[in-house]
Amino acid sequence: MRMNRTARLSGALCALLSAPSALADMELNMPRGVTPITNEVYDLHMLVFWICVGIGVVVFGAMFYSVFAHTKKKNPTPATFSHSTTAEVIWTTIPIIILVVMAVPAAKTLVKIEDSGNPDMTIKVTGYQWRWHYNYLEEGVEFFSALDAASNEARQLESGINPATVDNYLLDVDKAVVVPVDTKVRLLVTANDVIHAWWVPELSGKRDAIPGFVNEMWFKASETGVYRGQCAELCGYDHGFMPIVVKVVDEVDYVAWLGDQGVENPSRFARKINAGAEKNAGLTQDAAPAVTGQGDAR
Amino acid sequence: MSATSATHDHHDDHDHHGPEKGIKRWIFATNHKDIGTMYLLFSLAMFMIGGAMAMIIRLELFQPGLQFIDPGFYNSMVTMHALIMVFGAVMPATVGLANWMIPLMVGAPDMALPRMNNWSFWLLPVAFTILLSTLFMPGGAPAAGWTMYPPIVLQTGAAFPFMVLSVHVMGISSIMGAINIIVTVLNMRTPGMNMLKMPLFVWTWLITAYLLILAIPVLAGAVTMLLTDQYAATSFFNAAGGGDPVMFQHIFWFFGHPEVYIMILPAFGIVSEIIPTFARKKLFGYSSMVYATASIAFLSFVVWAHHMFTVGMPLAGELFFMFSTMMIAVPTGVKVFNWLATMWRGSMTFETPMLFALAFVFLFTIGGFSGVMLAITPVDFQYHDTYFVVAHFHYVLVPGAVFAIMAGVYYWLPKWTGNVLNERLGKWHFWVAAISINVTFFPQHFLGLAGMPRRIPDYAVQFTDFNMLSSIGAFVFGLSNLMFIYNIWVNARGGEPATDRVWDGARGLEWTVPSPAPYHSFETPPEMPDLDDETEWEESRFAD
Repeated sequence: MRMNRTARLSGALCALLSAPSALADMELNMPRGVTPITNEVYDLHMLVFWICVGIGVVVFGAMFYSVFAHTKKKNPTPATFSHSTTAEVIWTTIPIIILVVMAVPAAKTLVKIEDSGNPDMTIKVTGYQWRWHYNYLEEGVEFFSALDAASNEARQLESGINPATVDNYLLDVDKAVVVPVDTKVRLLVTANDVIHAWWVPELSGKRDAIPGFVNEMWFKASETGVYRGQCAELCGYDHGFMPIVVKVVDEVDYVAWLGDQGVENPSRFARKINAGAEKNAGLTQDAAPAVTGQGDAR
Repeated sequence: MSATSATHDHHDDHDHHGPEKGIKRWIFATNHKDIGTMYLLFSLAMFMIGGAMAMIIRLELFQPGLQFIDPGFYNSMVTMHALIMVFGAVMPATVGLANWMIPLMVGAPDMALPRMNNWSFWLLPVAFTILLSTLFMPGGAPAAGWTMYPPIVLQTGAAFPFMVLSVHVMGISSIMGAINIIVTVLNMRTPGMNMLKMPLFVWTWLITAYLLILAIPVLAGAVTMLLTDQYAATSFFNAAGGGDPVMFQHIFWFFGHPEVYIMILPAFGIVSEIIPTFARKKLFGYSSMVYATASIAFLSFVVWAHHMFTVGMPLAGELFFMFSTMMIAVPTGVKVFNWLATMWRGSMTFETPMLFALAFVFLFTIGGFSGVMLAITPVDFQYHDTYFVVAHFHYVLVPGAVFAIMAGVYYWLPKWTGNVLNERLGKWHFWVAAISINVTFFPQHFLGLAGMPRRIPDYAVQFTDFNMLSSIGAFVFGLSNLMFIYNIWVNARGGEPATDRVWDGARGLEWTVPSPAPYHSFETPPEMPDLDDETEWEESRFAD
């Protein structure tokens, strides 16, 4: 009888977990991202997560066993032990070993993240209340990027517009950053007024944009696509409304985009157009966004 | 009432064993129980005010779009909720418990410095009147987060100097409270109670008091530098004048991380009192508990920059703070294992205080796991400033610190009022609170991992479902606190008289005095009973 109920319960649970409609909007985990570093970070996250789950199963298992087995009813005479050097040495040593297991790969990944040397291109990112400014230092392209008009209209207090009807509500901008795929893009992050933080989860972790100081970060996206993020440091009234959109495109499209920005002879910035030609050919069927006109004004 | 008190001549009153009459009893209070009661009631009031702000936050976040409040007021709510809960609810609650229980636990008649005790309490209503009045000032209440980072905090309107002043006043209150506790614990213990015989709650509070004295002046320095940056043309935190905004973060978190343990160490102490009582078994590994508490306190001063991994520190700094932060898991683990070993082969019953204490162990540990995850710097670059962090610190503070405080209140309430607890009401409160708090905060882990930043009044539509769930949980948890208040009220009004010992597994000097405890706890230092010996315990109890 009891088994039966358990079986039915787990069946129901499986049904719930496998129902795609119920959980379509309920993302449970971190995105893997599209750079080697975000993949490594994801693996590290899962490693630490499963270690915690393992410890949790042991600790909470012991706790619940004790709660059910060592009650006054079942064990009217309590044991009298209150000390055990062996046990204490064990449960001090094992956690240290587990911590080392986590610390070693974490340190390795951290060293890689902090190595922003030898970039293929550099963009200076400046946070403003409440929009971003991008300056392609070598290409000479610069522009502001702010919340797009549709989201901006819908997000006004009592606007009456259902946010669900707005495409990419709060995660779309009037002019996106465009970068080529498979390119090490270094960002020099700073701010003009207060501290902001630049963050696109699928490209990299976040980094603070601090007025008067320049921080470095970098990413090398290995897939074309549109990646969205938000300011991640409380920066005042409209902190929630300064999204970031990065379009990763193949080099041909990137060069075309540069041309549209008024860059003369843009193909001189196509560092990999020959070396990466085969790879790019393979990527053409990917849904790389068409980049045309005024920087794909949206 | 006031006429009666005015005619009451203190000098002719030869009976010093009872309280003053009327309002003077509270205004001029020097009795540790009266002051403890005021601390606890003040904390409860602040908990409800801060909680009401949380309800406003969760109401606005119930669905995407802005329905009720503008982003500026939202930011004020986020800021004020945190300041009130940290400085107005959790800290005063633990000080209140310390005031009530430490003299009873160490066999003292009162706190060592009763007049300073009065002063340290009465500064709190002053500080929070100032802070709450900023809600009505031009430019609104502070809205830069409780962390008060410059330059954003310098954009605060008329409220700015009042925020700084109120932080100063709270700080003075905390420091005086801490001094009082240290002096009491070091000087007023009954003969025979050496340091390693002190109850664990007394130990954790002694260590907490040192943390307060070391950390609070640092905060005072930080906010004073903000004040001079704003009004006296200094440039401590202004790069244009040669300063550094990140320096504020270093100073703030040098205070801020010990502050986290200021809130949780007394909670550890409470739980370490409750679990042995209801397991009817001595606390496992008493001395390792003391050493673990001291190690946590020490480590809390060398981990501060894990709150600011994304500011762009040198690699060596990031590695150091990652490793030192991970180290905290070791003594914290020792505490959890010791609690488990205390329960192990005990003879447990599950009265309300025990339920809250067990929920504390379970849910605080979950907060500890997310803490270990957050310590991993490269992954923290993803977690930082998302709802994952919000879930983490609420797990350690609400089902952590707050549940431990509630456990402590339920545990000691019969000693305070002399009435047995209504278990039915207590269990109702527990289950509603324990379920709703998880419904509130567990989904926030998912929101953070999926990329929802914290401190935003509106969010992208894919975050809707978990936010709705979280809001529903929050509303239920908010209401569950009315059950808490009702339960205390019912208990204070009357009921079955409690025995001296109240709980049949309880040990310690506080259980040797009648319930309710006499106005002056121990007028002569009591004999220190051997708490390990049940027979001697029984004898000592009947000896008086």
